Amino acid sequence: MQQVVQEIKNLSIGFTSKKGEQISILKNISTTINKGETVGIVGESGSGKSTLALAMMGYVKHGLFTISGECIYQSNDILKMKNRELENIRGRKIAMIPQNAGQSLTPNLKIGYQIDEALRLHTNFQKEDRDVKISELLNKVRLPSPEIIAKRYPHELSGGQQQRVAVAMALAGSPDLLLLDEPTTGLDVTTQAHVLELLNFIAKDTGTSMVYVSHDLGAIAQVSDRVIVMYSGEIVLDGPVRTILKNPIHPYTYGLLKSIPKLTLSGLPNSMSGSQPQPGTIKEGCSFYDRCEFAEDKCKINTPELEFVSELNTSVRCFNHKKLHKKKDEDTKSSKKVLRKLTKNEILDISSVSISYAKQKFIEQLLNKIDDTNPTVKDINIKIDKGETLALVGESGSGKSTILKSIAGLIKAKNGIIKFDKNKILSNDLKKRDANYLRAIQLIFQNPDESLNPNHTVEEIVSQPLKLYFGLSGNELKQKIIEVLKKVRLGEFYLTRYPRQLSGGEKQRVAVARAFAAKPDIILCDEVTSALDVSVQAAVLNLLQELKVDFGTTYIFVSHDLAVVKAISDRVAVLYQGRLCEIGPSESVYKFPSHPYTEVLLGAVLEPDPDIKPKLVAEDIVEEKPPEKGCSFQGRCPRLLGQICKTDVPPWQIDENGNAIRCHIKINDLKNQQTSN
Amino acid sequence: MTLVIKQEKPKSTFSKIVEIISTMASRPSGLIGLIILVFHVTLAITSPLYAPHDYKAIDPSLMLQAPSSEYWFGTDSLGRDVFTRTILGGRTALTVTFFGSLIALLWGGALGIFCGLVGGKIDDVVMRIIDAFLSIPWILAMLLIVSLLGTSTIVLIPALGFFYGKGIVRVARAATHDVIAKDFIVSARARGHGNFSIIWNEILPNVRDAIMVEGAMRWSWMLLGFSSLSFLGFGVSPPTPDWGLMISNARGLMSFAYWAVLAPIFGLSSLIIGINLTADAFAKALGIDRSTKAPV
Ligand code: SF4
Ligand code: SF4
Repeated sequence: MQQVVQEIKNLSIGFTSKKGEQISILKNISTTINKGETVGIVGESGSGKSTLALAMMGYVKHGLFTISGECIYQSNDILKMKNRELENIRGRKIAMIPQNAGQSLTPNLKIGYQIDEALRLHTNFQKEDRDVKISELLNKVRLPSPEIIAKRYPHELSGGQQQRVAVAMALAGSPDLLLLDEPTTGLDVTTQAHVLELLNFIAKDTGTSMVYVSHDLGAIAQVSDRVIVMYSGEIVLDGPVRTILKNPIHPYTYGLLKSIPKLTLSGLPNSMSGSQPQPGTIKEGCSFYDRCEFAEDKCKINTPELEFVSELNTSVRCFNHKKLHKKKDEDTKSSKKVLRKLTKNEILDISSVSISYAKQKFIEQLLNKIDDTNPTVKDINIKIDKGETLALVGESGSGKSTILKSIAGLIKAKNGIIKFDKNKILSNDLKKRDANYLRAIQLIFQNPDESLNPNHTVEEIVSQPLKLYFGLSGNELKQKIIEVLKKVRLGEFYLTRYPRQLSGGEKQRVAVARAFAAKPDIILCDEVTSALDVSVQAAVLNLLQELKVDFGTTYIFVSHDLAVVKAISDRVAVLYQGRLCEIGPSESVYKFPSHPYTEVLLGAVLEPDPDIKPKLVAEDIVEEKPPEKGCSFQGRCPRLLGQICKTDVPPWQIDENGNAIRCHIKINDLKNQQTSN
Repeated sequence: MTLVIKQEKPKSTFSKIVEIISTMASRPSGLIGLIILVFHVTLAITSPLYAPHDYKAIDPSLMLQAPSSEYWFGTDSLGRDVFTRTILGGRTALTVTFFGSLIALLWGGALGIFCGLVGGKIDDVVMRIIDAFLSIPWILAMLLIVSLLGTSTIVLIPALGFFYGKGIVRVARAATHDVIAKDFIVSARARGHGNFSIIWNEILPNVRDAIMVEGAMRWSWMLLGFSSLSFLGFGVSPPTPDWGLMISNARGLMSFAYWAVLAPIFGLSSLIIGINLTADAFAKALGIDRSTKAPV
């Protein structure tokens, strides 16, 4: 008999709308968390997963209230507890690591002091014991030299290290249950893999039950024993991780898994239509009805209950789940990927571009002397053909966004020339650029919440480039806006809406529409899908692909997500610390031989499959700035050749597929080494 | 793709204003504030039509009469009707401070947005200058200006507008700073929009609310300031009725002719409270939290 740590019974949480209606965010949630078990709760934004996690700590956000049900910890309902009683449980017995753990550390207190504080609050240790315990905790989360770390301030640590400190603090009270809200979102790929591996180890080592809340199925797959899938405030699927991810018997999960780009697939994933309904809009029937490919008439009227399927040990909320039982991966074959027509028509030529962030001293400015021998981005040479999709990948600090901004003219390049359409030199000063070149290059940003003016309607947003570049007005302008919106599959009624009235995917479509309204030749995409929900991401990628076919647009696509890049790009450039490591056709970049850094990156990708474990080949240390000389990757390279890497800049080598790698190791040796292990 | 969309009508500016006002009136405090404000404004506009007596008719035989059916609020030390003078006494104050606030709003908002936008050294220098001005007691500076240029409204409005615009500069600058880092500004820049277009289309709609709320708040401060000037004899010149001046004239006689003081005090404080409550409700209706910095 398994010991239950927490039991949630018929929990409903909601709020009262302006009209006085009671609207549920969580509907009748029942589940149990067993001792030593790791449970992943997945869902997209608005699915109620964070509300559920907070409720597990006895916390209900301001404005929300418990409609019914209970959350039982040690035979008490923690949702009914007084604050005083809760203090003994929160942080001690049930701890939480919030999203953006780095920001939850107090910036002006030393790490050691903060952990000491947590220990003082949550344990009965004396001062001397606490000091020992601090080192122990820092050791446990694998931070190098605990004594030094303890004396540092949070901002002196990298994102991954801050996350580890947050884990150490959460472990201070030896909790029974640890809740993690998006524990690795925002971390670099390699760091992410390391942190998850550490958490896995801690779970096994201490027997702590863990609940992961995440939208990232890749991360969930690596750590969970059991997965709960939430949709629109309900549990739609609850079962062992392998069953959920390999044989998803709920149509939502099934579609979701198909819409995730994977390294093992080529081409774009299938997209899922629509988006999650707003709370309170579904009165009867299945909440997934609008988007479901298996829907039948009965689903519209009758609400499915959570049903236990004993042969799969899984609970599912769907009338038609049997249809999915035997359904294997046969139709996860990817959809069309339009191969670039090999027109050798160069549209952009970036040659020897260097960009420096270093502040110049006043006197140097006067003398017009630029004195930075080690710029942030150095020696970038890339030629881009018309109609091609080039991806720039790398972790934070790789300079990928910086390069994008310098193409757009937002950051002045220190050296080098960017030529547009064969011979037209683009000034590095935005103000000096010809209006026609400004029109030709458009940007799409990561987060549409930031890139769309919240006080403008969709009509105003899309009208801007049309007015600016084509001088349209009146009815002509309106017709054009409607036409552009149609291209991104948005109807005319969107014209009068404000960004806050749109879903994430719709907002990004508006941003895409604004870029395309300028009839650009090149579109610069800066992490355009990373702020979007998984099911929406694929739809936006597909849209970009279709528009490319229609208009022959060239994309420069910046992303940290290697699977997304693989799905959309024709050619990939890998960057480390502002230096190019590898560039080539995407099929061959994703195949060995690879530059050692590409190898590390590819190894760290988290696939939504519990049987594909990431390979952790290099440490996830973060380098502040590129090395003065030699190879940019020397500090972390798992295949370091020797002294030569520290002194000489490695030469370019090209393999038979046209894949260029910058490394001192001979390309064939690399291939042998990489294929042998 | 099936999309379930609630159709919404585009809102005109007029209906937006109606919506804001009805939100303001939906809370008791906002409703009270609005009623007081509307009452005062109506009174200021219409009072000359029905003022029962001549505000400047001096009659020594009627000195310091207690309230009666003829003289509702009694008479002052010169025998003038206090009721008449009270209902007329807010006119100058309201006009001067209203236009003064408008001027404060315009220059404060413009300079604040400018500073927020350019940033760097220029911003630093301008803010230092503003700080330096802030450290001068404004009343001293006002006295200096008034004694040099006189007390006409043409002097008072811009002078008050200037001194009360400092706070608005700060608010406008801070709001602009928040907006300026957003990608939609970067996006507009990358498209090649000019500075003017960026300020007008991208920044202004996002800082307007904060600036207007601050302006409304400054209004009540300015009213207090103006009345203080009158009280000291530098605001409105006699015999024009003004609350500050009336309080100043009658305060010595408070022990036996309290009515001559109480009436203008009531007029002034109710107007300030009215403006304050309205400004608060306005801020809430626009979704701006002012709870951390209550005025007066
Ligand atoms: S109940 Fe019907 S609509 Fe709902 S998920 Fe199942 S098949 Fe789709
Ligand atoms: S040049 Fe040396 S340090 Fe750089 S990637 Fe190759 S082996 Fe590693």
